[in-house]
Formats: sequence, C-alpha cells, structure tokens
Amino acid sequence: MEFSINASDGATIITVQAARIDAAVAIRFKDLMQNATDGLDGRIILDLTQVDFIDSSGLGAIVASMKQLQPGQKLELASLNTNVDKVFRLTRMDTVFPIHNDIRTAVSSHAG
Amino acid sequence: MKAMTGSGTLHLTFPSSPLSVRRALQTVVTDLQGFDLEERGTVELVLAEALNNVAEHAYGAEDRGWISLDCTKERDGLHFRIRDEGRPMPDGVAPMGDPAPLPEALEAMPEGGFGWFLIRDLSRDVCYSRQGDVNELTFRMRIGGTEAGL
Repeated sequence: MEFSINASDGATIITVQAARIDAAVAIRFKDLMQNATDGLDGRIILDLTQVDFIDSSGLGAIVASMKQLQPGQKLELASLNTNVDKVFRLTRMDTVFPIHNDIRTAVSSHAG
Repeated sequence: MKAMTGSGTLHLTFPSSPLSVRRALQTVVTDLQGFDLEERGTVELVLAEALNNVAEHAYGAEDRGWISLDCTKERDGLHFRIRDEGRPMPDGVAPMGDPAPLPEALEAMPEGGFGWFLIRDLSRDVCYSRQGDVNELTFRMRIGGTEAGL
C-alpha cells in the first residue's frame, strides 16, 4: 500500500494506491496516515477511488486516523465505490465523516 | 479445491494469516462471477469478518492454525461453514454484534467491534458451535436471485 499526496486549493488530497484496506494492511494504513498528515493544516481529503474493498479492520483504521489528527486538521472522504460506501452506511460512519462523490466536488466544496 | 460452478460446492483449507485469508476471499469471489458486483462484495465482506475473527481471536497473531471453509450453493442462497481449531468463543456463544450508539465525543469513537454487527446484519441463520477442539460457524447469505422471504 502506498499513498500519493497532492495539495489543491487549500486542501490536501491523499490518494490511497491500493485496492484493499483490510485486516492485512490496517496497521500500515494507520502508520502511513500518521506520517502523511503530520504537519498538515486544514482539510485532508482521503481519495478512495482505487479502493474496491474495505472490512471492519480497514474502517477501524480510518476512524483511528481521524482520532489521531492534530488541531486544525479535518478528515474527509471522497470517491467511495459501491462496496466501500456500503460499509460506511451500515455502520453509520457516513454520519461521522464528510463524504464527497468525487475529488472534484470535494475540492470545490466549502462545506468544511 | 473444487470449483463451485457445476458441483455447487467449494472447499478451501488455508492458514490463519491475514494474507492467506485475503487469498481465500479472492478464490471465493472469483468463483462467484455469476453474481453481481454488489452481491459478491457483500459475500466478501461477511466472509472477511468471519475469517478475520478466526485469525485474530480464535488463533491470534502468535498462534497460527488452519481454517477450513465450505461454501454450498442451494436454492435459498449460499451456505457457508467455517471451521478452526483455535480457542472457543468467549462464553461459548457468538457475539450479538449490536450496533454501538455513536458517541458525541471523538475520543470515544469505536475503532472496532463492527465485525459481528456486519455478519449478523448481512447474513441469516448464524450458528456457532464447539465440537471437541473445533469451532464451527455456519451461516447463509440470501443472494443469487433467490426468492424474497426465504
């Protein structure tokens, strides 16, 4: 699993370059997020375009990443595939994270 | 391993490591090509939760063992049976998996405990039993164009 990180219009976009956020990579995901978000300020948009599967361990790792944010940082999600979106809805985590249909609308959104 | 197409059953045995679980899931999902993407995703999710529980709790990271998975396609859906020789479920029963109420405080947000909720929510007829040194979990998933209400 790797991330690519881009700054765009006052937000930082972290693109997960992996098809799965599951039990096998949950700890690595959390570590990568800690490194990637360290020192950032403002909106952080997690781009899940490439992710087609997430399990409860992966979901837990995203929740943990939100909890380890520093003051002034805000985590949002974008571009959830059908099966990923379903896990967020079933667990009601879609009420905890701002979720955007795609990166373009996420970046232009000033709801944050 | 027997392909499910034709015979209607699939049997896999694999070690309780996260990567072996991942490969087993891919084998099952590949075998379900006839189902639509969302149905396959649901099967993969429920199986992932059940198998990860075995790897992480019945065996644990320090104590690897074998997991056996059977899948049978029947008229009322897909029937799954998972067996392992790890520790029994606490109190001998499978967790109810009630959804936790969402707390107001960020620090109290749950990072785990969603697994059994997802299994219970997305499958039917969940049954856990301990037979000698073996855990057996069976459940059914109502997919594949099966009639509503079955």
